[in-house]
Amino acid sequence: MNTGIPLSYFLILAAIMFFIGIYGFLTRKNLITILMSVELILNSVNINFVAFNRYLYPHKLEGFFFTLFIIAVAASEAAVAIAIIINIYRRFTTINVEDVDVMKY
Amino acid sequence: MTSNQFMFLLFSMIIIVFSVLTVTSRKILRAAVYLLFVLVSTSGLYFMLNYQFLAAVQLTLYAGGIVVLIIFSILLTSHINQKFDPVERKKSLFSALAAIAGAIVTIITILDFKFSATTEAAMEVNMRQVGNSLLSVGKDGYILPFEVISILLLAAMVAAIVIAKKAGPKNPQS
Repeated sequence: MNTGIPLSYFLILAAIMFFIGIYGFLTRKNLITILMSVELILNSVNINFVAFNRYLYPHKLEGFFFTLFIIAVAASEAAVAIAIIINIYRRFTTINVEDVDVMKY
Repeated sequence: MTSNQFMFLLFSMIIIVFSVLTVTSRKILRAAVYLLFVLVSTSGLYFMLNYQFLAAVQLTLYAGGIVVLIIFSILLTSHINQKFDPVERKKSLFSALAAIAGAIVTIITILDFKFSATTEAAMEVNMRQVGNSLLSVGKDGYILPFEVISILLLAAMVAAIVIAKKAGPKNPQS
């Protein structure tokens, strides 16, 4: 099954993607783009899980199911986050994080 | 270079380039489309690792569901032609420094560590097996997280509706 690609290549790719997500999380100001950076981070973790499962424990399915459940959690997280963002937009007519500084009227 | 290595190189190039574009693009709709490219090539990596079901889930849920949700909310909250202000130079510099330092530490650790693979025979992943262990209570069964995730999805659905619905006029009788 060994595909001629060492495990560490997958891990390095995931690490680079993770830190690009961190950079976006730190520099972006729009709430939706911050959410997109979080999706990048989650996705890189998924790559890690799948690569570990395939390379180190190919007789089990633990990483596989972990990834499946992470995808489900990410989907519900995106749904709730977007509901909150739309609600914020309705109150403040902006979704810039620097202008949204009141938690409760 | 074998075809496998070539495909891995291609996918990783696409992932890295479009990830950078996702977090730096100044037009928000373009950033969403770049994110779509990243997610699709991630599912390509899953196909390379022989997890076809996971790749299909990634394509339908991430690329099909989440990106469409994000694009919907972009259309509801922003003007298409609006461009973000460029990031302040100091903030961008320090964030990039933090990210690069973290990446270097992580990559050095990965390259140093000796991963020892198991010697047991690889398992062929077919749909029958996935379904069985998703609903089995015995060894290698995942029914508890399955049930928890179903409750979580229900709660998220209810929460999304409750949060996003318009506050109606106050009912005077209640």
